[in-house]
Amino acid sequence: MQSLLKPSLCPNFAFIHINSNLSIMSGLIKSSIARKVVMALSGLFLVFFLAQHFTINITSVLAPDTFNEWSHFMGYNGLVQFILQPVLIAGVIVHFVMGIKLELQNNKARAIKYKKYNGSANASWMSRNMIITGLVVLAFLGLHIYDFWIHEMTYKYLEANPEDPTRYYAETVEKFEPFWRTVLYVISFVLLALHLWHGFASSFQSMGVNNKYSPSIRVFTQIYAIVIPLGFIFIALYHHFNPITH
Amino acid sequence: MKLNLKIWRQKDAKSSGELIDYALNGIEGDMSFLEMLDVLNEELINKGEEPVEFDHDCREGICGTCSLQINGEPHGPDRLVTTCQLHMRKFNDGDTIVIEPFRATAFPVIKDLIVDRSSFDRIQQSGGYISVNTSGNTVDANAIPIDKHDADKAMDAATCIGCGACVAACKNASAMLFTSAKVSQFALLPQGQIEATERVQSMVRQMDLEGFGNCTNTGACEIECPKGISLENIARMNREYLSATSKG
Repeated sequence: MQSLLKPSLCPNFAFIHINSNLSIMSGLIKSSIARKVVMALSGLFLVFFLAQHFTINITSVLAPDTFNEWSHFMGYNGLVQFILQPVLIAGVIVHFVMGIKLELQNNKARAIKYKKYNGSANASWMSRNMIITGLVVLAFLGLHIYDFWIHEMTYKYLEANPEDPTRYYAETVEKFEPFWRTVLYVISFVLLALHLWHGFASSFQSMGVNNKYSPSIRVFTQIYAIVIPLGFIFIALYHHFNPITH
Repeated sequence: MKLNLKIWRQKDAKSSGELIDYALNGIEGDMSFLEMLDVLNEELINKGEEPVEFDHDCREGICGTCSLQINGEPHGPDRLVTTCQLHMRKFNDGDTIVIEPFRATAFPVIKDLIVDRSSFDRIQQSGGYISVNTSGNTVDANAIPIDKHDADKAMDAATCIGCGACVAACKNASAMLFTSAKVSQFALLPQGQIEATERVQSMVRQMDLEGFGNCTNTGACEIECPKGISLENIARMNREYLSATSKG
């Protein structure tokens, strides 16, 4: 069978080449290791995005003018809007869909459950409950998209409002006025921290990185998993307690 | 020592099982866990009842035959030991001990506490070997110089006894630690290089076909492994697999 796929034996080189490439691709995703690598890569991409998102958001506390400037750039730059934004959405979808697929398969791998299972004896709560923390973060993402992304799309494309580079700071602070929304954001960030605590370092193991740098990656993961979500919590609380007075 | 045992009883592979309560007296701390079950079985046989079926062979921690999920942990609460090496002094008088078979779809229960672990054999058969000409011109393995660190790591991986505790401990019933140990013991040695590409691909394919779950790096397998097989092996297998896939 293998020899039949050799281009030299087939008149239609291009077709066979594409075909074998596709079969390698589908073979990759079918394997448990490849699925974990996809999970790791999409996760790392989202970790990187989170750092970038935080960098911009913290300016809403430190320097509102800079926040307006950067937000306007992100909102109207073609590369960000039409290339990076779709890539980000794809990253979230891949991470989510693959996560659900893995979870379903894992459930099937132990169809009859233990009557007594002492999970805490050998693994952290974070590592055992990625699906729970992940789904909470996903639900939060729904609210977050409704709060900011839908609003942006409506403002820019549906209502076709003129560009206003000064509106972002006020709009953001206003969002954190309701107590319920601030609480939901804070809870979600705590769950995000738990998700990152295991996920970030775990992605390196999935990609085959387990060497002398692994303890440092673990430490960096723990710092990142605390600092970034805590920073987001700080921003939400800061705006909630410092509303713009009209 | 007096114990309350809750033991999984299941007539055969097709029947559904349940936990049955047994009260047991006169257990000494120096007894092994399997000896404690021997005492129970003797009592059951004397009463004319069916003894509890469980796997065992060498009873010195080297064969990988004994299993058992004891109070929610494979091979019980002690570390780096198999069930046959687990002493009853690890338990207290009056304790309730829940004893279940290793649970995984790829490890179907045959009877009571015995599960079919032949899925491990099939993974091993799919690529866990090297081809050596043994027709009289066999090259002495020691004739090839091997870095001490690599030799040690290969030996560490080779100490896997294939008991299945990694699968039993994993919340996903993943067999990555077992498979990666069997890949690593060859991947680190020059003798293993010739078939390296096919080996990792075949063994991972077989592992997936058997219906084991996916690794989510919880590390439970490493903690529960009676031989202390390291997660490093899983990372090595991932590298081997990615490198094999890129070669096509």
